Amino acid sequence: MRLRITFSKSGTLRYTGHLDLHRIWERTCRRAGIPLSYSQGFHPQPRISLAAALPLGFIGQAELVDLWLDQDEDLNQILKDLQAAAPPGLMLTSIQSIDPQQPALQTQVNSADYEVVFLDPVDPLHVTSSLTGILSCVSIPRQRRGKDYDLRPLLKSLELIRTDNENSPILTMRLSVSPSATGRPEEVLAELGFSPENTRITRTRLILDNG
Amino acid sequence: MLNPQQIESRLERILLTVQKPGRYVGGELNITIKDWEQVQTHVAFIFPDIYDLGISNVGLKILYNQVNQRPDALAERAYAPWLDMEEAMRSNHIPLYSLESKHALADFDILGFSLPYETLYTNALNILDLAGVPLYSKERDATHPLVIAGGHACYNPEPMHAFMDAFAIGEGEEIIHDIVEVHQSWKATGGSRNDLLIALAKIPGVYVPSIYAHHYLDDGTISHVEKLIPDAFLPIVKRIVGKLPPPPTRFIVPNIEVVHDRVSVEVMRGCTRGCRFCHAGMISRPIRERSVAEVVDAAESAIRSTGFQEFSLMSLSSSDYTHILELVSAIGERFGKDRLTLSLPSLRIDTVSVELMDRLGNRRGTGFTLAPEAATERMRRIINKFIPDEQILETARAAYSHGWTTIKVYFMIGHPSETEEDVEAIARLCNSILTEGRRLIGGRAKVHVSVGTFVPKPHTPFQWVSCDTPQQIEAKQDILKHKLRDRNIKLTWTAIEDTLLEAWLSRGDRRLSDVVHTAWKNGAKFDAWQDQHRYSIWRDAFANHGLDPDFYTHRQRRVDEVFPWDHISPGVRKNYLFQDFRKSLEGEVRVDCREQCYACGILPQFADLRRENPGDLWKCPDVKSPRRIPAGSQA
Repeated sequence: MRLRITFSKSGTLRYTGHLDLHRIWERTCRRAGIPLSYSQGFHPQPRISLAAALPLGFIGQAELVDLWLDQDEDLNQILKDLQAAAPPGLMLTSIQSIDPQQPALQTQVNSADYEVVFLDPVDPLHVTSSLTGILSCVSIPRQRRGKDYDLRPLLKSLELIRTDNENSPILTMRLSVSPSATGRPEEVLAELGFSPENTRITRTRLILDNG
Repeated sequence: MLNPQQIESRLERILLTVQKPGRYVGGELNITIKDWEQVQTHVAFIFPDIYDLGISNVGLKILYNQVNQRPDALAERAYAPWLDMEEAMRSNHIPLYSLESKHALADFDILGFSLPYETLYTNALNILDLAGVPLYSKERDATHPLVIAGGHACYNPEPMHAFMDAFAIGEGEEIIHDIVEVHQSWKATGGSRNDLLIALAKIPGVYVPSIYAHHYLDDGTISHVEKLIPDAFLPIVKRIVGKLPPPPTRFIVPNIEVVHDRVSVEVMRGCTRGCRFCHAGMISRPIRERSVAEVVDAAESAIRSTGFQEFSLMSLSSSDYTHILELVSAIGERFGKDRLTLSLPSLRIDTVSVELMDRLGNRRGTGFTLAPEAATERMRRIINKFIPDEQILETARAAYSHGWTTIKVYFMIGHPSETEEDVEAIARLCNSILTEGRRLIGGRAKVHVSVGTFVPKPHTPFQWVSCDTPQQIEAKQDILKHKLRDRNIKLTWTAIEDTLLEAWLSRGDRRLSDVVHTAWKNGAKFDAWQDQHRYSIWRDAFANHGLDPDFYTHRQRRVDEVFPWDHISPGVRKNYLFQDFRKSLEGEVRVDCREQCYACGILPQFADLRRENPGDLWKCPDVKSPRRIPAGSQA
């Protein structure tokens, strides 16, 4: 059976990267005694598939993973067993059984929502005017790892939300996710003049093609 | 000092600017976090290299569990930050902290360093410095943590004597409790730091350097070691446990990839082979084994609690475990279907080992390892590791025909009295192994040759001999480079500078402390890392203190020389080592001492413990009425 699990990744687990998270899922399943299916071939690998790499340091609020099991099991029991075996920082929020014939999870993701908290006080008026500036641009040429690209079409929305504390607003944005064009919140922050070390970024949602 | 919240908020700003920030945040599965305020004694265990290496250290794992089992104490961990993190911490004024609660190390009661090898010394100083703790023991007072060290390198503690308040010699399972308890009673009475040190010195196996004076002869060697308080121990005899306690199974599971991502279960402690170059084999006697059931149960429980896919059965010589065949079968039965990888290190060179490895069924990516250490009959007799060429070739043939394509062979150059002929024989043997491989499996056959350089270690029969000079080492390495040219032979060797540094530090006396300090001050750290070579810093540090490094390494010792480590006793008598050294010169081999007792001194030294743990628990053969020596007196 193919399972889709929604989970959060927070606490010190923020500093664990994508490949290591894959290994964490593998070990969590082994500790929980979940009978994962293995791939065919000379080096069989457990069939675990994460939706989209969460950049190092980001908190993930509703990340997605697909697991393939050799036999059908009770969903509630699996959720309970996996949660009991999960390391600190990994919280499972829901589980569903999905059609094994669905396309690969990675290919279903089309965009992601982010929330950015600033660690230092900021001037909301100043940020708002930068936002307006960015959103009014037709194109935002940038360079990443030596390659030129345009950030603007990847940025689907960008908003500053006031909180009780005047100088700690929250920045939210939606960026597209696809193998050829994934928008990165750090790049948006850089355009706004912030360095990512002085912010805390949460990916709050992954949006799938049919979701 | 910053509190944990302040440390965490400063950390958040720098973690994303360094490589692998997961090294510095803790929060792993199976760690123990206790309420700081609810316990009396706070111990930080420190492995003075990066997290990636230190996390799998089993010795510290044992101590961490021992202390955390106590309701009145907690243990947390710290490692050396890598260069980028150190720089970020220093520029943001973040002191080194523990991974569990993020308390500054300076807030702990006890800092316990693991020093398994000498090239960690400068890192230990760097860690004290990053923690804001004065480096020299004499500069610390009752407000500072007690700084102690243990581990194999501490059998010659003198190069670090100025920095450590105390050393725990030998096995740590019991002594750590004694240390915690002494610290608690001292804290309750509010005594001076010196009171604490004196109380610690009364624990068997604890060496407090400041209450011993070293006196030198005109030639720079030691005349004698004097104890400055009458009831201190001299010699300081190592502590051992009579019966191995249950092995740790709740291993901490790192959230990032580390060097050894696996569970390790110690199958036995000690070794009876008596290889004369081997430090571990001499200091870890007597041999004590765990039962097959205990090992298999521990492995199972460790795999359950960690989810690791790989486990390793640890010992100095797996093949010598009495029930090795039974163990491998039991493991096959229990885990055969679980897609686990088992490693069984340090196997003997024989076809049984090939069968064992074959039964474990894992050869993916790894070669089959042989460690003959020497290639001529003469040399093998000298080092007491006697394996005939034919046996080596037969084992290699068996491995190649059972599906391994790479044979890894370990040799050492620089053994006492080694000649060019002995070195050439290494090349000849490696080429013969490859020839056999080609005959059996054709062009796929490979040989990886790893050639270390011998360092005469303290407490071994070779402690009297001199190291090869850099010129000798270079000439020998050149022979090998010249004669091992086949494209299917890969040759690796130890850099000469690394060997010399290891030799100075392992054979040094008290005067080396200032050299270590100067080298650290001038930038030496991560000395175990080949890319961090700072050889000239070390040479300059010797010169700075008017010391000649060659005095420590290139000098044949007098028969009656007092060594800087003689007052530390591993239970093996110096006389026994000397006899064995003499036998070596005569080319006389001593067989496995399970078969015949050579009276190394362990049995009389630990006679009481042996009586409490009779029969099969120790693998020492029965001997007639061991002479009784009260603990602590001159053996």
